[in-house]
Amino acid sequence: MRITFKLYASLGEYLPPGARDHKIELEVPEGCTPTRILEDHRVPGGQVHLVLVNGVYLAPAERNRPLAPGDELAVWPAIAGG
Amino acid sequence: MGWHNKVLRVNLTAGTCTPEPLNAEWAQQYLGQRGLATKYLVEEVDPKVDPLAPENKIIFATGPLTGTAASTGGRYSVITKGALTGAIACSNSGGYFGAELKMAGWDMIICEGRAAKPVYLFIEDGRAELLPADGLWGKSVWEVDEIIHRTHQDPLIRISAIGRAGEEGVMYAGVVNDLHRAAGRSGVGTVMGSKNLKAIAVRGTAGVRVKDPARFMQAAAAAKEVLAGNAVTGQGLPKYGTQVLMNVINEVGALPTRNHRDVQFEGAGHISGEAMHEPRPSDGKPNLVTNQACFGCTIACGRISRIDQKHYTVVNRPEYWSASGGLEYEAAWALGAATGVDDLEALTYANFLCNEQGFDPISFGATVGAAMELYDMGVITDAETGGLRLVFGSAEVLTTLAELTGRGEGFGREIGLGSKRLCEKYGHPELSMSVNGQEFPAYDSRGIQGMGLTYATSNRGACHLRSYTVSSEILGIPEKTDPLASEGKAGLVKAFQDATAAVDSSGLCLFTTFAWTLGDIAPQLDAACEGEWSVDRLLETGERIWNMERQFNLAAGFTAKDDTLPKRLLTEPAKTGPAKGKVNELPKMLPEYYQLRGWDAEGVPTGETLSRLGL
Repeated sequence: MRITFKLYASLGEYLPPGARDHKIELEVPEGCTPTRILEDHRVPGGQVHLVLVNGVYLAPAERNRPLAPGDELAVWPAIAGG
Repeated sequence: MGWHNKVLRVNLTAGTCTPEPLNAEWAQQYLGQRGLATKYLVEEVDPKVDPLAPENKIIFATGPLTGTAASTGGRYSVITKGALTGAIACSNSGGYFGAELKMAGWDMIICEGRAAKPVYLFIEDGRAELLPADGLWGKSVWEVDEIIHRTHQDPLIRISAIGRAGEEGVMYAGVVNDLHRAAGRSGVGTVMGSKNLKAIAVRGTAGVRVKDPARFMQAAAAAKEVLAGNAVTGQGLPKYGTQVLMNVINEVGALPTRNHRDVQFEGAGHISGEAMHEPRPSDGKPNLVTNQACFGCTIACGRISRIDQKHYTVVNRPEYWSASGGLEYEAAWALGAATGVDDLEALTYANFLCNEQGFDPISFGATVGAAMELYDMGVITDAETGGLRLVFGSAEVLTTLAELTGRGEGFGREIGLGSKRLCEKYGHPELSMSVNGQEFPAYDSRGIQGMGLTYATSNRGACHLRSYTVSSEILGIPEKTDPLASEGKAGLVKAFQDATAAVDSSGLCLFTTFAWTLGDIAPQLDAACEGEWSVDRLLETGERIWNMERQFNLAAGFTAKDDTLPKRLLTEPAKTGPAKGKVNELPKMLPEYYQLRGWDAEGVPTGETLSRLGL
């Protein structure tokens, strides 16, 4: 299945070649989870703070939930603004 | 201590500068800066006064930690009855001016009356005098800064000034210090301009004393370690600034776009914090030059940018080629998403103009967005705009309007009215995305429910800096709550409002609270100044300040009917994103909020509440 993977701020460097505007479309196996995708791209776990799927926040315990085709996974380190 | 116990009273009508003792009893009840200066204002100014009448006053106030070694201890606030809103106004700024004022031996300046001719206030330690500003009137903030430094031959003078916007009656003119730090909101610069006060220039060498220096330095050092060790204040904010939020808020579907018609902006990525770091195709250089810290700050979130010299806005205009104050998130949103413009260089140029001529980019951008919607509807036509085609997404229109508004010319005079007056004038008051006349900042309350209550109850009109529940609802600081739920938000908003009022009264920056709790702030205050400053006392002080501000607004004529949001946010569901189909659920939150506040059903503090708070 295809999903969109987005990494922002300092995590952007972990996106694979071919990514544009901080995102890339990925072909992933059925049942693939956010945690698995982050591990596959060697994103340091300690830097993963804000995880959104289709804009909705996933608590750490929910990040092993399988993604659905067409999902958009977006991840940030600890950030804030105002 | 923390205080000099000295207030400068400037009577602009009489042309006098008179020192007087700080009211130490009030400092115990209202702490400083926002709280203490508001106490002076409510005691001295009729709440029903015309904000632009000589009877209104404008106060420049430091906090007890301003000018000390506490991290971010350089803040000051400008307090008055706001020109844009007619409500209590308190705009907070960083930079170096506030600390310099304190170093000069003054805790606060109260300006009253109106000068017969333009003047500026010059302070050199204990000496203060009003000087003619004939050569400054009509000049920009940047020109004023240069002329005053040249006139007094002292590069260390710090200057807070209005630009042409404040002279021309732009209703959201701000006060700009150190070239690009601003007390930006609510029209405090408009009030300053109405008094013919062009600038305050200050040089201070007196220093600041604290009550228990050893304990204070220990507390300040411990608190700095917390900031350095926190991923947000130690890494995220210095590198990306507030602008890192652009993609976040777009992703969660709460980025108000094209006057809140939409909640997601297709061009968000192009105007984001990440985009500011990327090399431009034209010259290979990024928009962002460096980050910058205000006085004493160990976070350093400020943005310093340089516009592409080949960009249409600055071609053959080298005066705009230098690095200067870059885009913060709120400005980038208002100049960009609110107008549908995704040209980062154009936004940076418009932001430079806001600093140069002293006007609030949030209210300006949001008002342009409202005008664009009216143009789209055919209500505003080329006949009114002088031929400018106000189409959403036009960078040229945005930058032209920034030029015109700053100078008070052409259709810029209409934009300078603010969205409330503009939309009323053209028969569509419902299209002003504002509360009590002040335009929303960069969060759509259909996608972040708590912000709807925040805006509706903010004492200075729509504002994110009175209760930043985004911190909890989106960023998970101090703990994550669901942005789409209205349950529990009344308590969250009250807690944020009270804590923020205390921080705003201390001399510290609100951004410390991404890492600090009041438990980190209280020991610094307690070591610096008289009084047993504990977390509980700070919260009670914050609540007292909030209720005092509310009382002023009620006396000014505001009622519970003003605690509301534009119809669009209450009846037109978000079209996309996680909040698709949702409106803001203010009616569910407001009654509980009144109850938690100890106010009656009409939003009036009960006698018991006032008595409990000593009001």
